[in-house]
Amino acid sequence: MDKTPRTLPRQSWTFSNEVNSEIRRAAATGIYDIRGGGAKRRVPHFDDLLFLGASMSRYPLEGYREKCETGVTLGTRFAKKPIELKIPITIAGMSFGSLSGPAKEALGRGATMAGTSTTTGDGGMTEEERGHSEKLVYQYLPSRYGMNPDDLRRADAIEVVVGQGAKPGGGGMLLGQKITERVAGMRDLPQGIDQRSACRHPDWTGPDDLEIKILELREITKWEKPIYIKVGGARPYYDVALSVKAGADVIVLDGMQGGTAATQDVFIEHVGTPTLACIRPAVQALQDLGMHRKVQLVVSGGIRTGADVAKALALGADAVSIGTAALIALGDNDPKWEAEYQKLGSTTGAYDDWHEGQDPAGITTQDPELMARLDPVEAGRRLRNYLNVLTLECQTLARACGKSHVHNLEPEDLCALTIEAAAMAQVPLAGTSWIPGKGF
Amino acid sequence: MPSDNGVTTLDMSATELREINETLQSAAGSNRAFEVVNTRGAHAIAVGLDAPITVTVKGSTGYYCAGMNKQATVHVQGSVGPGVAENMMSGTVIIEGDASQYAGATAHGGLLVIKGNASSRCGISMKGIDIVVHGNIGHMSAFMAQKGNLVVLGDAGDALGDSLYEARLFVRGSVKSLGADCVEKEMRPEHIDLLADLLAKAGADAKPQEFKRYGSARKLYNFNIDHAGDY
Repeated sequence: MDKTPRTLPRQSWTFSNEVNSEIRRAAATGIYDIRGGGAKRRVPHFDDLLFLGASMSRYPLEGYREKCETGVTLGTRFAKKPIELKIPITIAGMSFGSLSGPAKEALGRGATMAGTSTTTGDGGMTEEERGHSEKLVYQYLPSRYGMNPDDLRRADAIEVVVGQGAKPGGGGMLLGQKITERVAGMRDLPQGIDQRSACRHPDWTGPDDLEIKILELREITKWEKPIYIKVGGARPYYDVALSVKAGADVIVLDGMQGGTAATQDVFIEHVGTPTLACIRPAVQALQDLGMHRKVQLVVSGGIRTGADVAKALALGADAVSIGTAALIALGDNDPKWEAEYQKLGSTTGAYDDWHEGQDPAGITTQDPELMARLDPVEAGRRLRNYLNVLTLECQTLARACGKSHVHNLEPEDLCALTIEAAAMAQVPLAGTSWIPGKGF
Repeated sequence: MPSDNGVTTLDMSATELREINETLQSAAGSNRAFEVVNTRGAHAIAVGLDAPITVTVKGSTGYYCAGMNKQATVHVQGSVGPGVAENMMSGTVIIEGDASQYAGATAHGGLLVIKGNASSRCGISMKGIDIVVHGNIGHMSAFMAQKGNLVVLGDAGDALGDSLYEARLFVRGSVKSLGADCVEKEMRPEHIDLLADLLAKAGADAKPQEFKRYGSARKLYNFNIDHAGDY
């Protein structure tokens, strides 16, 4: 018997089992992997920041007795009718088509109960959504599916989508299995075909054109509606500066953790900038132009907790927007569907084949039987509860920092746990006064 | 104020764009006639109309003239900048001169007549509009066109109908090249009838039999790895 000691089998870090499985999948199918959601890789995030709290030099507010306001007004620059929200958290644009009708209704119900807005998506405005959303933002996308002037006027704000964090520079895709008769009808396309959404708008290119496009939209809607510009996290300083130049009332900045209904995995994981790294350059651009707080900044991409909300506000955002977290609150990736996720080759928490239309939770599907699993009233309540918790958590942290309004949070209230986060958020590394890039 | 002939004149040298559009947009339910003068290439003239009114624009315009039009007839006695009649829902828009890029982009309905030439991307992502161009059209016209009819009495530039869906394209002259998934198709009797009707509505002096029809080969409707090189 050979007594030579054997080393343990060693897996390659470079060629991990996960990497190898993707190579095998690609070799078998000849096509890139498509999935929903945002970047899953670990990137510097709000978890890498901490609030310092009050101390000898700061005066906290009493947690239950002293007010900490949360209201935010969006669209104060040009719009005659800005949007007043009770909380600084909005629901991000997600399309009918990628989401079921009951899911859109639930988003509207939850947002309305919590005093905030929800947003349409590629595919137009549905009655479920308009009817249950007290404040509805209408997305103006390159595809212009379902776009019409009546819905434009029924909206409370208009969001011109230039890009999104999951895929800055990319278009959209809704695969044929989700293109039911209703979805196809709203998009003026045949049933069952793959629907591509263009990556560029069909009738303008660049900020000079966009300025004129916004003029047209304002003229059609009598200058009443706030006009948002949504950009993916790419070059936030310049994207924000050019959005201001183009005439935005509000800028929505979506970092790479922001979700999508369906895009190539390689795009989601390898294009874009982490949300944490986007905020300070964006705020700097607004400050340089004298527009901070005049043009509101809404940040999205990986917002999960009230701490995330508070940190984004402290870095200079006026509000945040949630998409993936809102779907989880509705019931997406719930462990009660584990057996069905297993049948689909996935597991709770990892299910991201939203484009296939087989969502056990009935959210990212157009299958009538699956859709019926989601009770929009109950799901709306869950979303309301979740939004309330985010708000309470954010207030708790703001009071601990002595702030009577969540907008009074500031970078000075924060420190960073890592050098990377300190550099991106431009706050000191914990225990030091060092901000990388700002000298010693 | 209405003149003796019942036409209300809106002078852009003396009146702000907002006031002019407000006047036109507020004319719902009437059959009134307006003329807009001293346009000086202004953008977004006569946008968002929603009444069976007639608007004569005397002069050339900038971007998005008659954008998102419903019901109204807008007659431009000049040339137009990019995006004329973009996202039109219904009504008629007639351009006596030339049109810049994206004419009729994403439009759902109505009739757009361009008596001169149209630049690139004419009819891009059109969703049901009928467009008749008396002259030539530029490259990438009818890109991702979904529904409706594009009629060209002259020539078409490169990549006509690239990634086309169900829109029908009729060209009398030459086509420099066809885009991905766009092919020539048989002209059947129903197409001749359709074309004759559109030519008559557009005041075009041409015979339907002189045109060729182009449409989608529908090979790219569902992703197939064997067609990856065609995208």
